[in-house]
Amino acid sequence: MAEFMAQGKQPEVLFWVGCAGSFDDRAKKITKAFVKLLNRANVEFAVLGTEESCTGDPAKRSGNEFLFQMQAVTNIEVMNAYEVKKIVTACPHCFNTLKNEYPGLGGSYEVVHHTQFLKDLLNDGRLTIEGGQFKGKRITFHDPCYLGRANNVYEAPRDLIRKLDAELVEMKSCKSRGLCCGAGGAQMFKEPEEGSKDINIERTEQALETKPQIIAAGCPFCNTMMTDGVKGKEKEADVAVMDIAELIANAQDL
Amino acid sequence: MNYLPNIIFAIALVVGVGYFIKNVKRLWRNVKLGQDKDVSDNKSQRWKNMAMIALGQSKMVKRPVAGFFHIVVYVGFVIINIEVLEIVIDGLFGTHRVFSGLGKAYGFLISSFEVLAALVFIAVVVFWIRRNMIKLKRFMSPEMKGWPKNDGNFILYFEMVLMTLFLVMNATDTTFQNSELYSGNLISQYLTPLFDGLSESSLHIIERTAWWMHILGILVFLNYLYFSKHLHILLAFPNTYYGNLNPKGQFSNNEAVTKEVMLMMDPNADPFAAPTEDESEEAPAKFGASDVQDLSWVNLLNAYTCTECGRCTSECPANQTGKKLSPRKIMMDTRDRLEEVGKNIDANKGEFKDDGKQLLNDYITKEELWACTSCNACTEACPVSIDPLNIIMEMRRYLVMEESAAPMELNNMMTNIENNGAPWPYNQMDRLNWKDE
Repeated sequence: MAEFMAQGKQPEVLFWVGCAGSFDDRAKKITKAFVKLLNRANVEFAVLGTEESCTGDPAKRSGNEFLFQMQAVTNIEVMNAYEVKKIVTACPHCFNTLKNEYPGLGGSYEVVHHTQFLKDLLNDGRLTIEGGQFKGKRITFHDPCYLGRANNVYEAPRDLIRKLDAELVEMKSCKSRGLCCGAGGAQMFKEPEEGSKDINIERTEQALETKPQIIAAGCPFCNTMMTDGVKGKEKEADVAVMDIAELIANAQDL
Repeated sequence: MNYLPNIIFAIALVVGVGYFIKNVKRLWRNVKLGQDKDVSDNKSQRWKNMAMIALGQSKMVKRPVAGFFHIVVYVGFVIINIEVLEIVIDGLFGTHRVFSGLGKAYGFLISSFEVLAALVFIAVVVFWIRRNMIKLKRFMSPEMKGWPKNDGNFILYFEMVLMTLFLVMNATDTTFQNSELYSGNLISQYLTPLFDGLSESSLHIIERTAWWMHILGILVFLNYLYFSKHLHILLAFPNTYYGNLNPKGQFSNNEAVTKEVMLMMDPNADPFAAPTEDESEEAPAKFGASDVQDLSWVNLLNAYTCTECGRCTSECPANQTGKKLSPRKIMMDTRDRLEEVGKNIDANKGEFKDDGKQLLNDYITKEELWACTSCNACTEACPVSIDPLNIIMEMRRYLVMEESAAPMELNNMMTNIENNGAPWPYNQMDRLNWKDE
């Protein structure tokens, strides 16, 4: 972003990478896949790089409003200084926070989830999607809570899967009734309370009931939870957990 | 003429309605113990929500079986109550079936009431079977033991009895049964054989008894509402009107915190400034909620509206996997504590006296609060726009900001965010490393 500024240019969009996308080894692959797609579509994008900081989502869901607002106000200052207009992110938690909770603190941007952005690129003819290795495969989509119920985005990721000529199979609880993967509300960072089962196992069982070859996700945290779930069920040889961006990038051997 | 029945009727009506109004006032005072919340925006959307969700039952039918039978009871309840108007006029003025002058139209009205009454009866029996014989899981949760379970059944018995009395009242009304003009006895004619062989005067006594018990039953039921979970038949309307209009993922930004943060970030702020006159007089705001008075009045209205159907709990990922958290219990606890606070105020001449109890810990445990994934399944499932998640979040805010009582792992996560801008202990300077890996 600083480089664009130095050249007196504005990028088309700011790619908000997020903490998982920056640091988590699995999520970094999603980041790279999405960047490959952005480059393929000739999108002039920027990242904040070392100037990006946690949106504050996990702090807010834990109840730490102070820490959240400190993070938010700092990020907003950086983004307003760069005159950011549009943000795309591959993390539904960042997406929700930036889109819904930043405006009240002085940060109003157009915020889209990467599946929405990819769909727009597709509609504008800037990106073509081919089925490739995914043609005819059984793919089920796990709705991230903060994309689906929280913001009513259900169709963009599904449209993209359909474009792969894959067979989209739905779990018994999907869309507005989709079961959480167990990571939301800062659960990602703590052990679950005592119970009979872990939530990600329950959700993985629901996903496996559809006999999928691939479980598609749209959130790095869901991705981790579902990957762990599939491993827990010892199904990792048969079922892959992949982000939508990875599906599209891999289909074109990017 | 003998005016005694008219007088008794008038007294019953005044006492029944009067006591109900008194309780409604108490309820409204309790709700107003909550913090202010501005919900005056977007009136057209709010009316629309009320029309769709409460009047139109749009969320009830997400579960088709319960939704269908609920609509039967709901429509039956609303329409049959037109009959109460006639009963009230008859009771006050000593008339008999005062609307029968309408002729054929009256017959049509009463026969539709009778059909509805029979349908309501069947639906209520189905509900009873679901609760007591099929034992649906969501009616068997730990929070449904004792009073909540009995309460649910009492309501069903009430409705069965009221519907039966209505049909018996019609069946034993010989003038009504014999009048071809009315032909309103679509269902009750099949009950008449039960009373075959009884003399005219016995029939009349049965008819009068049924009539009296029907109207007195309605008055008792009206007053039962306040003491039961059944308030939803009234409160569903305001509750859906005042329901959340923002995206479900949007949690409110605490304004008191914003003020502090902005002051901290303001390079021109004078760190030694003495508080201004009116600032120093304000009590420092409490962050989050530990008791019902800290919650918003909409939270409290939610609590009274909850009819304990348990759709939230059955959709809750934490509850499905055996954790203690049950969104329904959050609402029931909030209501029960609010009732306790209300009684405390009544007993102490309008002032709340500290009773050493609060909503946190005495009703809702930390274990429940920390089990929530904030996934919004509960708010999506609620047929009357109740928001248990908001209460959970307000209580988490209290735990973290007032008591620093977050689970240790979350404290580690928050320390990481504070120190290096990520929930994990990675250096912020390494954020772009993925580019070259």
